Amino acid sequence: MSDASFNASTARAAHRPDEAGFGDYFALLKPRVMSLVVFTALVGLVAAPVSVHPFIGFCAILFIAIGGGASGALNMWWDADIDQVMKRTKKRPIPAGKVEPGEALALGLGLSGLSVMMLALATNVLAGAFLAFTIFFYVVVYTMWLKRTTPQNIVIGGAAGAFPPVIGWIAATGDMSVEPWLMFALTFMWTPPHFWALALFMRSDYDDAGVPMLTVTHGRRATRVHILIYTILLALLALGTAFSNIGGPIYLAVALVLNALFLLGAIRIWRRDEADSEADNFKTERGFFKLSLLYLFLHFGAILAEALLRPYGLGGWG
Amino acid sequence: MSLNRTHELHQRRFGRNLGVALTLAAFIFIVFGLTVVKVTRGDFEPPQASVGGQG
Repeated sequence: MSDASFNASTARAAHRPDEAGFGDYFALLKPRVMSLVVFTALVGLVAAPVSVHPFIGFCAILFIAIGGGASGALNMWWDADIDQVMKRTKKRPIPAGKVEPGEALALGLGLSGLSVMMLALATNVLAGAFLAFTIFFYVVVYTMWLKRTTPQNIVIGGAAGAFPPVIGWIAATGDMSVEPWLMFALTFMWTPPHFWALALFMRSDYDDAGVPMLTVTHGRRATRVHILIYTILLALLALGTAFSNIGGPIYLAVALVLNALFLLGAIRIWRRDEADSEADNFKTERGFFKLSLLYLFLHFGAILAEALLRPYGLGGWG
Repeated sequence: MSLNRTHELHQRRFGRNLGVALTLAAFIFIVFGLTVVKVTRGDFEPPQASVGGQG
């Protein structure tokens, strides 16, 4: 590099003291969401009734995670304007001024293509096609279309987050059956109460950003009712799954305890009014939100345990 | 503002370049590993000719 170009580059950099590091680009991939994707995809892959070479299984999970991360980067590119307004998201790399929106777009598109191609090559074309559809669904259907137009955004958008176990299963088997769709339905039905509880206690965020969350369009009372209805449906589904091929006694025990607690939390939220919630700074709603994280993790953990014990004659219903 | 070669900015850029280098190395390892697994498993073997077909 010549002195002139070196000086020009450092002078440009001096105007951007927050120039991005590697970690900022990694943050575009939403690592926390990616960890959920990795876990549920792993459960889908392990619960499938075929054995997968460990290295191929590792690659499948990795490329599903990269595909999920790529859709996160594209989501941050599109939502940079509202991320700037919301307290919860304004420290993300684009609103913080560390990464240019165009860089996020390029990273998202590049990793989307790479992850779909590599998953198809490592496992099978159907798995790659499902990953491509998931990215399309999350970015175009949820982020670009539904998120800002309908209060049902979370309900339909939740489908995107529910696909990883299905992709994991297809990566292992090459075809589809009912079981991965039970895992899909579990995440799909879990998403609305999880996010609506968050919307109840992060009250000003979605209002300020103009995102039509149920709390904004139909009111907070209606949101509490919706949380209860979805939790009842979720409990029926979660308990029914116990008697399928991916369920078993361990899963049933976990589901009984967690769904009782979750239902109790939803009933408490339903019975409270705004004055009660504000008096204790949304303690019940925050507790329900934390429990929801544990809820999904332990349900999938129980499915994983049943699958891992099956070769020893212990998992499932025998 | 004077910038010398040990400026914090250079350290950050080095970190970024190192991250990219390690990511590329990991990608090469993955492609190589996948190739080894698929070749040793026989994924790329041509279909067996039927016994007693010719000659």
